[in-house]
Amino acid sequence: MLCQECRRNEATIHIVKNINGRQIELNLCEGCARKKEELDFTFEPQFSLHKLFASMLNQGLFDGSEVKSVSNLQCPGCGLTFTQFSQVGRLGCSDCFKAFEDKLKPLLRRIHAGTVHNGKVPSRIAKRVNAIREIDRLKELLQQKIQDEEFEEAALIRDRIRSIEAAIKENSRLAEAGQDDSEQGENQ
Amino acid sequence: MKKIDFSISHWMECSGPENDIVISSRVRIARNLAGQVFSCLASSEQTEAVLKKICSVTEKENELADFNFYAMKELTAIEKQALVEKHLVSPLLARDSRNGALLLSSDEAVSLMINEEDHLRLQVILPGFQLEEAWEKADYYDSLLEKKIDFAFDEQYGYLTACPTNIGTGLRGSVMLHLPALIMTGQLNRLLGALSQVGLAVRGLYGEGSEIIGNLVQISNQVTLGQGEGEIIGNLGGMIGQVIEQEQNARQALLDKKRAQMADRAWRALGLLRYAQVMSSKEAMQLISDLRIGHDLGLVKSVDHRLLNLLLVLIRPGCLQMLAGRELDNDERNLERPAQIKKILES
Repeated sequence: MLCQECRRNEATIHIVKNINGRQIELNLCEGCARKKEELDFTFEPQFSLHKLFASMLNQGLFDGSEVKSVSNLQCPGCGLTFTQFSQVGRLGCSDCFKAFEDKLKPLLRRIHAGTVHNGKVPSRIAKRVNAIREIDRLKELLQQKIQDEEFEEAALIRDRIRSIEAAIKENSRLAEAGQDDSEQGENQ
Repeated sequence: MKKIDFSISHWMECSGPENDIVISSRVRIARNLAGQVFSCLASSEQTEAVLKKICSVTEKENELADFNFYAMKELTAIEKQALVEKHLVSPLLARDSRNGALLLSSDEAVSLMINEEDHLRLQVILPGFQLEEAWEKADYYDSLLEKKIDFAFDEQYGYLTACPTNIGTGLRGSVMLHLPALIMTGQLNRLLGALSQVGLAVRGLYGEGSEIIGNLVQISNQVTLGQGEGEIIGNLGGMIGQVIEQEQNARQALLDKKRAQMADRAWRALGLLRYAQVMSSKEAMQLISDLRIGHDLGLVKSVDHRLLNLLLVLIRPGCLQMLAGRELDNDERNLERPAQIKKILES
């Protein structure tokens, strides 16, 4: 059957509408259906992004020999396989990021400004993350000072890094101890 | 459930900075609940649990007392479509979310979308060029919810989202601009090329893949990982500032060289909008654009700028059917549209 709209292409989409009890049937080709949908019901065709994204995954990132091993990858958290992900372009759970990390990283590098989050942090872990960010910053500064042969300042920065690292360790020890206590409490 | 007032929204009615060129500024952030399967893989029970969890927090939150709750499945198709046209919910939430819901602030500036592609999408939309303000407001509500809800977060990758294009900050800033002069003078494509090189996406009125109708263009950031929120919003805002400047230059050039033609175009548009009897939404959008630039250039003074914002949304199919108070097919809508436009222009 030919498309009712353009009368040129094969109609591949069948639409039935019920308006005020009046049934309207339409047989359209994909192009006309899309045009019609845009005018009738302006839903954002989000899939284009996912498709593009999925095609990026399938194209440049691994050659044919790798496809086999990749298709066996599966997230232990939700059971999503990498093959499924590369088809729909969406992840299933928080664990997927670690499960597919090796494959995702090159892609993230391509579409983003880096592979490390540099923005807001939930307040419950803000202290720890900010401390780690501060260490990274100080380490860069330390290298600079060593290069510039400003050793006294470099030593001060090194001590600062050590003290922050010690504080992080102490905090996580305390947090773990706290967890043990509560677990013991539950057991009793 | 409170009935939605489908006629106006805060962002449509109020004027904002640079509102001769910038229609609205929008920011959305994507969040997921820690330890829960993302929406696309979740069962109905799981999406229901997400909805319950979020509602248990929002119901008790004093700051959200003036928000109204709408379950998507309890809205009619027309109501959902009108919400999409007013940019208060995403097309995805309206189309096929299970246990999808909307919490909408009474001024319609803040939308909390539940069970979208991500468990929670927080959106702020403000009139005119107010990207920073929109981000601050979104950040405020995000921090408020975060005190009570554990969001999925990874120290390396930041906030975890279903689509890797949103990972990190989960932040998408989006500004809707009216760029008739750049389009008429053929400069838009060159500009779009430049914008895509700095990681910004340019789209039509209703998002990805949609064509440019009524000279309306949306510009948004692509990058969500590796840059802080301030940097993302700052970069986007900076580029938008330049686009505004280019549009202003192009408008001035049109005014200098084609004053009579521009005035003619705007007055013809007004004539058609007032007296035409049958009109598609695409034609209406173009005419509103012609009238709008005529108004902005000072060539047509008899029209209220605020009404032009209203018209842009109210002539869309969903809103039009809400105004008419009944379902209309395409032909009926094309008859109803000019009638409603006339009413609005005369109000």
